[in-house]
Amino acid sequence: MMEPGLYHILFISAALFFIGVYGFLTRRNLITMLMSIELILNSVNLNFIAFNKYCWPGKLDGLFFTVFIIAIAAAEAAVAIAIIINLYRSHQSIDVENAEDLKY
Amino acid sequence: MITGSTILFYILAALTLGCGIIAVSTRQIFRAAISLLFSLIGIAGLYFWLEYQFIAAVQIVVYVGGIVVLIIFSIFLTQQAGEKLPKQQLDRKIFAALAVFCGFALSMLQVYQHQFNIAETTAAPTVADIGKKMLTVDDGGYALPFEVISMLLLAAMVGCIVIALRSKPETK
Repeated sequence: MMEPGLYHILFISAALFFIGVYGFLTRRNLITMLMSIELILNSVNLNFIAFNKYCWPGKLDGLFFTVFIIAIAAAEAAVAIAIIINLYRSHQSIDVENAEDLKY
Repeated sequence: MITGSTILFYILAALTLGCGIIAVSTRQIFRAAISLLFSLIGIAGLYFWLEYQFIAAVQIVVYVGGIVVLIIFSIFLTQQAGEKLPKQQLDRKIFAALAVFCGFALSMLQVYQHQFNIAETTAAPTVADIGKKMLTVDDGGYALPFEVISMLLLAAMVGCIVIALRSKPETK
């Protein structure tokens, strides 16, 4: 057990990012893919805050990046869920394998 | 020397990563949403641990109170209750795990080889600092991104209403 520092937080952030990537690659349901994207965005936020605290403690730039990423993530989730509900109305399914109207 | 702060950090890290793994691997979609909720709470706890209370509060309000509730509502609207997700193909799982492991190993190797210049002093920002900086129009101020993000939120709101609007049947 070491005293936690920057490297520990970078480890958590990288692990969370790749957990999200794994979910994005294996899931075929749109809502669960959206959850994976939220995990990825959160890992990025954690990275920004860790660098702001440990490397540039006098500045606020990483903190502002995090605030704006959270706002953009909220807008993105709302639009994605509107699209998912619209897709469910027209196809009765939110599986990406069934949404292939533009494919042929 | 193990202090309470260290133990708290490891508990929060385990909560975040464990619930994240459950969120991407379980076959019950509602359980995945609840695990995502606890993973996001763990990240908010890490922000508290780093003494960034403002970001922790924003994380809890926006993610835990907003996005996860939105996701749970959309699960209720689109999913039959109690139905499991179809089983994933084994080869896809194996290749995804392999790619993820290689990427993780590569990035951690890079991180541990790099020497970050860690500052000695740590000063947690106060909410007054954040508010002043956000509305400054001088060099280094964040007034312009603040205005742009408000336009983006307005556009997203209008876009959501238009997309989710039920189109009327055509009458001739």
